[in-house]
Amino acid sequence: MAETTTRAKLRWGLLDVIVVVFALIPVLWIVSLSLKTPATLTDGKFIPREWTLENYRTIFQTDQFVRALVNSIGIALIATFIAVVLGAMAAYAISRLDFPGKKLLVGVSLLIAMFPQVSLVSPLFEIERQLGIFDTWPGLILPYITFALPLAIYTLSAFFKQIPWDLEKAAKMDGATQGQAFRRVIAPLAAPGLFTTAILVFIFCWNDFLFAISLTSTERSRTVPVALSFFTGESQFEDPTGAICAAAVMITIPIILFVLFFQRRIVSGLTSGAVKG
Amino acid sequence: MSVNATPTGADVAAEQTGQANDRRTGVPAQRSRPSGRKAPLSENKKAERKLGWLLCAPAALVMLAVTAYPIIYSVWLSLQRFDLRFPDERQFVGLENYATVLTNEFWWTAFGVTMLITVVTVAVELVLGMGLAIIMHRTLVGRGIVRTAALIPYGIVTVVAAFSWRYAWTPGTGYLANLFSDGAPLTERASSLAIIMLAEIWKTTPFMALLLMAGLALVPEDLLKAASTDGATAWQRFTKVMLPVMKPAILVALLFRTLDAFRVFDNIYVLTAGGNETSSVSMLAYNNLIRGLNLGIGSTMSVLIFLTVALIAFVFVKLFGTAAPGSDDGERR
Repeated sequence: MAETTTRAKLRWGLLDVIVVVFALIPVLWIVSLSLKTPATLTDGKFIPREWTLENYRTIFQTDQFVRALVNSIGIALIATFIAVVLGAMAAYAISRLDFPGKKLLVGVSLLIAMFPQVSLVSPLFEIERQLGIFDTWPGLILPYITFALPLAIYTLSAFFKQIPWDLEKAAKMDGATQGQAFRRVIAPLAAPGLFTTAILVFIFCWNDFLFAISLTSTERSRTVPVALSFFTGESQFEDPTGAICAAAVMITIPIILFVLFFQRRIVSGLTSGAVKG
Repeated sequence: MSVNATPTGADVAAEQTGQANDRRTGVPAQRSRPSGRKAPLSENKKAERKLGWLLCAPAALVMLAVTAYPIIYSVWLSLQRFDLRFPDERQFVGLENYATVLTNEFWWTAFGVTMLITVVTVAVELVLGMGLAIIMHRTLVGRGIVRTAALIPYGIVTVVAAFSWRYAWTPGTGYLANLFSDGAPLTERASSLAIIMLAEIWKTTPFMALLLMAGLALVPEDLLKAASTDGATAWQRFTKVMLPVMKPAILVALLFRTLDAFRVFDNIYVLTAGGNETSSVSMLAYNNLIRGLNLGIGSTMSVLIFLTVALIAFVFVKLFGTAAPGSDDGERR
């Protein structure tokens, strides 16, 4: 018996290693390229022979990257905040209140989650041009909120459904006002759900490429993924590979940190709806 | 966008089950309790409704304003000759744009490429994702590490991943470029398509796996043990016990991944920029609009893509819908 469990452990361990390697190789390759000197960039080795931080220095000296980074952070944070607030309001209503049109709302947000985003690119391009919000922060924040809302509503209502709302009644019974009961009892219970949703929404906004490349035209609102695809290096004779890799690593770091610290929460956020509903 | 698609997907199961339950219990409940809902609304009930609408209104308004209105506007634009480079020539042309697009070989090539990518990646992802889900669900050592590692492709920016694959396959900077031939794989159509699919699969398999893992959690351990005692092999336990229980989760995952794969854009943009006839429909629509500034043709493509996606969703729901989430309903029939 003991022998079989050791064997099983080994077998699972081997599978684990395969998964980890498969998941990490492309990431490590980008990191490795970003740390290589121009001379060794093409040697095809996974561990750089000559290490350098020059590529990172380069990208932070260019306006292009810094500006795009500021845009990305600003746009993603604002969109996340608004989407989570609006999503929380709707999710609270869906999980707690009884009102006609509830199913319709859930159905509509489901439809939006499946919506082909490219179908919106032409009309949004024209509408935003007319409204004068093309190539501005709001021009990107609006579509981000829209596509983040279904995600926020679904994950949050799954979280809200798990909250024992009787606690609220009990608090009121003990003399707390509605507001106090909510603030002291329910809000702390809901906080982890809100936080998880915020991370998922942020990852979504951070990731977007299609809207960012279609609805921006200058550095005014261009986000990092788009700036990355336009990177040409300091001069036209310079090979931008190292700089692109350094920039790529920079925008991957926040995601890796989120994943490392909040792995459990992200998994539960993504799967809770399916299990608990 | 994959971020967005799946949890919602996961919830379809829950939602539809919920609806099925309501449908079953709702009617008799109302009949047996005539005083309940039919009675004039109490003040409390009215306040609750009002609050419900009030809380949902902002979210609903934003979603409608950014999807419903533009898609209607898009239909309107698609019926016009409207090229921003020649704004004076704007005129209503009826279905002419549709005829232009639908008789254009570029459109059908892109359509074929998109379909190919969708079918192949989703099929491969389903198999790999199932394997990965079982590994994440069952593994004895280092479960946390595996889950964390598997989440990284999901979280990483698609453009970054695409760059990594591009450099990997580019002669000189790449470790994979000389794997199969001495040439540059990204300059040939077949190998480019294969690499695009590989990049897609790498990026979204974990996502599929997470959804399937939620389904795995629904499989009762006792059932597996019972099957095992009755002498079922591992394969039989998988096909006869696990798959049927997981069916709703699998269908939801398939639907959402299919629609998501159909939108493929970032990978192609970075890997080949649509060269060598590797454009997807999204890529083609983008090119016509942003590079060509042709709003009429761009909108026509937008509408066609929208219709295709609606059709795919419809087929999924029709074909599998009855057996899907409210599966207890389906079995009884």
